[in-house]
Amino acid sequence: QFGAEFRRFSLDRYKPGKFEDFYKLILHIHHIANLEVMIGYADVHGDLLPINNDDNFFKAVSSAHPLLRVFIQRQDEVDYSNFGTNTLSRKKKALVTLRNDNLRRRPHINISMPHDFRPVSSIIDVDILPETHRRVRLYRHGCEKPLGFYIRDGTSVRVTPHGLEKVPGIFISRMVPGGLAESTGLLAVNDEVLEVNGIEVAGKTLDQVTDMMIANSHNLIITVKPANQRNNIIRSSRMSGSSGQSTDSTASHHSLPTSHVLQNFHPDEMESDEEADIVIEGGLEPQHIPKLHSLTSSSLSRINGSSLSHRLQRDLVLNNSSGRESNGNIHKLLSSLKTDPRHSLVIPRGGIEEDGTVITL
Amino acid sequence: LSQTVEHGFPHQPSALGYSPFLRLMAIGTRSGAIKLYGAPGVEFMGLHEENNTVMQIHFIPDQCQLVTLLDDNSLHLWSLKQHGGASELREEHRFTLKGPPGSPPSATQITAVLPHSSREVLYLGTESGNIFVVEVPSLRVLEERSIPSEAVLQQVPEDNCNRRACELVEALREHPKNPDQILIGYSRGLIVLWDLQNNKVTHHFLGSQQLENLYWQRDGSKFISCHYDGSYTQWPVSSDNRQPEPLENTVPYGPFPCKAISKIYWQTTKNGLPYIIFQGGMPRASYGDRHSISVIHGSQQTAFDFTSRVIDFFLIFSSGPAAEFDDPSAMVVLAEEELVVIDLKTAGWPAVHPPYLASLHCSAITCSHHVSNIPLKLWERIISAGSKQNIHYSSMPWPIDGGTNIAPDPPQRDLLLTGHEDGTVRFWDASGVCLHLLYKLSTVRVFLTDADPNDNMNTLGEDEWPPLRKVGTFDPYSDDPRLGIQKIYLCKYSGYLAVAGTAGQVLVMELNDEDAEHVVDHAEADLLQDQEGYRWKGHEKLKTRDGPVRFEAGFQPFVLVQCQPPAVVTSLALHSEWKLVAFGTSHGFGLFDHQQKRLVFVKCTLHPSDQLALEGPLSRVKSLKKSLRQSFRRIRRSRVSSRKRRGGGNASEVQEANAKFDQDALQEMELAPVQRKIEARSAEDSFTGFVRTLYFADTFLRDSSRHCPSLWAGTNGGTVYAFCLRVPPAERRMDEPVRAEQAKEIQLMHRAPVVGILVLDGRSTPLPEPLEVAHDLSKSPDMQGSHQLLVVSEEQFKVFTLPKVSSKLKLKLTALEGCRVRKVTVANFGSCKTDDYSENDLAVLTNLGDIQIISLPFLKLQIRYPCIRKEDVSGIASCVFTKYGQGFYLISPSEFERFSLSTKWLVEPRCIVDVPEVTSNNHVHNKSGVENAARKSSSGDYGEDERKSGRLMEHALLNDEKVLKEIQSTLEGGR
Repeated sequence: QFGAEFRRFSLDRYKPGKFEDFYKLILHIHHIANLEVMIGYADVHGDLLPINNDDNFFKAVSSAHPLLRVFIQRQDEVDYSNFGTNTLSRKKKALVTLRNDNLRRRPHINISMPHDFRPVSSIIDVDILPETHRRVRLYRHGCEKPLGFYIRDGTSVRVTPHGLEKVPGIFISRMVPGGLAESTGLLAVNDEVLEVNGIEVAGKTLDQVTDMMIANSHNLIITVKPANQRNNIIRSSRMSGSSGQSTDSTASHHSLPTSHVLQNFHPDEMESDEEADIVIEGGLEPQHIPKLHSLTSSSLSRINGSSLSHRLQRDLVLNNSSGRESNGNIHKLLSSLKTDPRHSLVIPRGGIEEDGTVITL
Repeated sequence: LSQTVEHGFPHQPSALGYSPFLRLMAIGTRSGAIKLYGAPGVEFMGLHEENNTVMQIHFIPDQCQLVTLLDDNSLHLWSLKQHGGASELREEHRFTLKGPPGSPPSATQITAVLPHSSREVLYLGTESGNIFVVEVPSLRVLEERSIPSEAVLQQVPEDNCNRRACELVEALREHPKNPDQILIGYSRGLIVLWDLQNNKVTHHFLGSQQLENLYWQRDGSKFISCHYDGSYTQWPVSSDNRQPEPLENTVPYGPFPCKAISKIYWQTTKNGLPYIIFQGGMPRASYGDRHSISVIHGSQQTAFDFTSRVIDFFLIFSSGPAAEFDDPSAMVVLAEEELVVIDLKTAGWPAVHPPYLASLHCSAITCSHHVSNIPLKLWERIISAGSKQNIHYSSMPWPIDGGTNIAPDPPQRDLLLTGHEDGTVRFWDASGVCLHLLYKLSTVRVFLTDADPNDNMNTLGEDEWPPLRKVGTFDPYSDDPRLGIQKIYLCKYSGYLAVAGTAGQVLVMELNDEDAEHVVDHAEADLLQDQEGYRWKGHEKLKTRDGPVRFEAGFQPFVLVQCQPPAVVTSLALHSEWKLVAFGTSHGFGLFDHQQKRLVFVKCTLHPSDQLALEGPLSRVKSLKKSLRQSFRRIRRSRVSSRKRRGGGNASEVQEANAKFDQDALQEMELAPVQRKIEARSAEDSFTGFVRTLYFADTFLRDSSRHCPSLWAGTNGGTVYAFCLRVPPAERRMDEPVRAEQAKEIQLMHRAPVVGILVLDGRSTPLPEPLEVAHDLSKSPDMQGSHQLLVVSEEQFKVFTLPKVSSKLKLKLTALEGCRVRKVTVANFGSCKTDDYSENDLAVLTNLGDIQIISLPFLKLQIRYPCIRKEDVSGIASCVFTKYGQGFYLISPSEFERFSLSTKWLVEPRCIVDVPEVTSNNHVHNKSGVENAARKSSSGDYGEDERKSGRLMEHALLNDEKVLKEIQSTLEGGR
């Protein structure tokens, strides 16, 4: 039935409603309530673009002139390469592909939609860095993977006014398999670390650099001189060089496919750790245990780690201290001000043993 | 930053010297330092560039000069010169004796040094037997005056000795009456008296035993030699016999083989009975391990048994150089770990309490706490408690009293409290240059330990032989490491003291001027609240004594709070006004009302996922230390106690596990290159529940209109807990319970350990200490303006508003510098120019050993100084700051270095050693320089002395023409 089924229906252009409702409507109209489908539309340029959230749904509806062509596809048959730019030229073909889904030449690697992506790494400041250097940003936030790399002391050769000179440097010594650093492909063993979050490491000890990296770990930006210089960015303009200033806006063209380029990196983004510390206020009166809702999972895990029972049995008022817009639902939970942690701490039977050694710090 | 003075006992001393003329003592160390000490406050320090061991120290007679011999065979001439109104110790010359080309190094290896009384030359005995002469102060060899061993041998009858008789000069001694004769002792036993004028042997003495040392009797009619076999021999010197036989040959601790007597004194007295004082000579088999010095005076004989190896010793005479008899008054012994002075004038030969060179490490220091500006009343009470402990010390004034302390009196009374591994707390007068023990508090009496009180090496009967008597306080072996003190908090206004230890014990004490017997109340604080599935594998809590316990005058515990599990107490705070004590361990924290003796609440900070952490890397590090300590104790056990100890199965398990850990650690070290893992801190990191800091504050916790008492706690995982407290008013304090409610919990996003919490009042001034306002010593805090909360983690400083706790300001340290905060305190910096300006800043010590000053409340880095080597982990860990910008840290187990960040408060030695005019006669000199030791001591300990020496000073000044002239000239200049 997916081969060719066409329906026409109307929507309020100015109040299209929510994507979720639209999705349900589609499923209802086509009587495919229990199928996972992907919805796409053709924009003004004829590009096939996905509809998967409120924003792009709204965008799609508002850009319809006057008809909005919506494509519905079974989720597992979607050819993601069809989305995005240049689908204009291939639109017809795409539609053909839609009808002849059995004829797909090769099975696609099943990756989720950009909606489900989180950036894990990026190469930044390409326009201002010398070509031999690479500035890599690792997004640790929200990612369960360990950063996963090790650094060591070493020596590197520098060009100085007095000729070549050996100077101590910091190098990546090991990558943890499956770690964030390895998975980006942007860092490699023996890359020399030059800067950590904009601060030069020259003259700092291994331990200092370690502490700097860990302190910046949620948003780590390291500038390296890759050991392998063959993957470097090739600029069409030779103006850059040692001046480090490049006016070439096409510099983003590079050969590393798994990363996307972020130019003109905004300093505010560097400060992503400006996320506020979490302040939990204890109410004056012991409160009944309210339902837990709309607490973002990340903030929850930050407060309470893993034990759900832990957080459920305390009344807490979660407040965002930095004055970031407070979520309408005040997260009332936890901490009934009972000083008795029996309720707040559940440890699996036989779980903890301590050998009681003395630590003096 | 200036590092001003080193307190305590020099690490690894290696040589001792004394100048009876200057009345100064010199100590050399294995690291090439040389330290001079005179009257309290008179201190000099020098450091040899080579950092080689100082082997010998000799003062040039009647001069402000001394020579040192290092183990690289170099000689160094030091002198004390006045500069800018104070004396300074400076190295003047250095010199290495060189033999003819091709000669073996032993030819010039110096073994004995004799500074001649002419002050012009040094005689240097060598391994080859030759004696070289060098000129002073140029240190130039006078070749024509050297005494080759061949020249000596020629004049000794050949049948009495062979060629080897002249190997190695063991001792060189000048004739006490005739400076032209010197006694030369060779190690094989041959002793000759050499005439310097005629270059010939006047007498020779044939000893049969290997020689150790020589000593002249005062009149020059006899000398005494001591030997390797534990014997000593008296030899007569007279003009009629050129080859005399010994008068007397004695093995004092015979007849069984004895150890060598390495040094001997023969002292004459007015009453005729000599003092014979010698080092060593103990029976080899049964007492060969003792470090002893024996004193024999008539029928009295005591073998002083020292706690560590004796480096050297000397005697102090009460008589002048020209007197007929020696009349020794005191014996000064430098042992490896402490200085002991014995009063030989008082019956029973008691020890003299040293005003400096205290052995800080007599039991290992486990923590320290500094309290500035002690009220006079408390100061006097502590001194009086301490004086009751010191009754067994001699009342003799300190005999080493050269030089004059001209440093200004310390501006205030400061106490440094050190906690020790054996469960004691020592109170030191840290006001001035001399770190002086005031009082020692022991917490051991509260507990039942398996240390047998009778297990004492001193309890020897009357007729024991040899008559050993233990002296000294150095005792690094703790009977029970659980007794160790971890945290100390003293309230200087109320005299309340809280002390917490290794096995989760928290003692609250009160100062009592009388000794008393009472029961110590006991409370348990279960920080886990019967968590199921949790098993504590560590040490048990200490057993307490039942019934009343007798406490001596001083700080007496009245309540004991025992944390469960009995893990080490990691933080402690006391609020003497609210009568509350807060304590924290790696499991949680609690609050105890010591007025009502009631536990207010406990809070468990353990994270469910801490399971791994509990046996994480920290325990591994620790176990190494533990096993070290265990091996120490094994040594002690084998040495001291014959009692059997029952080794529980648990202990052996622990040891096994330790061994495994150690092995693992070793393997890891061998395999992995030096690399560091980069990993974000997560909630699952180890020891997040570890309570690092506790803080009491009266502030706006709930709303901005009402302030209330509060307790703040910071953990290793970057969590801050705030509890609102309700303390009943004074009149109902006993009737109503103290209540606590959790008001806030702050999780720092960067999760670094919280090392400091501070509340700033409306004027951005840190809140005063409890009772500070009540005693009119501080302005009351501004409760009108809004308060701010400063949270210091190892990585960041953050200021939050109160009561809303929104972030206001921050300073990131680690993210930019890669360094971490190790210690932080608020320091008040006064201006050295005007009295009325001072400001509060944060003094911060980082893991790199540098000190940073950070302004309040704007968190601007003001200045940074390198202070401690970053490799010196124990130095960094031991650092304490004072409230006025000074600080202390351990440079060795036994020494504190004092440093000052303040331009206003600077405690450093400043002293003068007078150069008395020396007449042509060596033996008569102006004694004013010797005796004008005016003591300036704030402690009042030397009250009587001070008056006496004050008068002497006056006398000396008036008699000194030079001084009078100077006074006159200044007066004239003024006109």
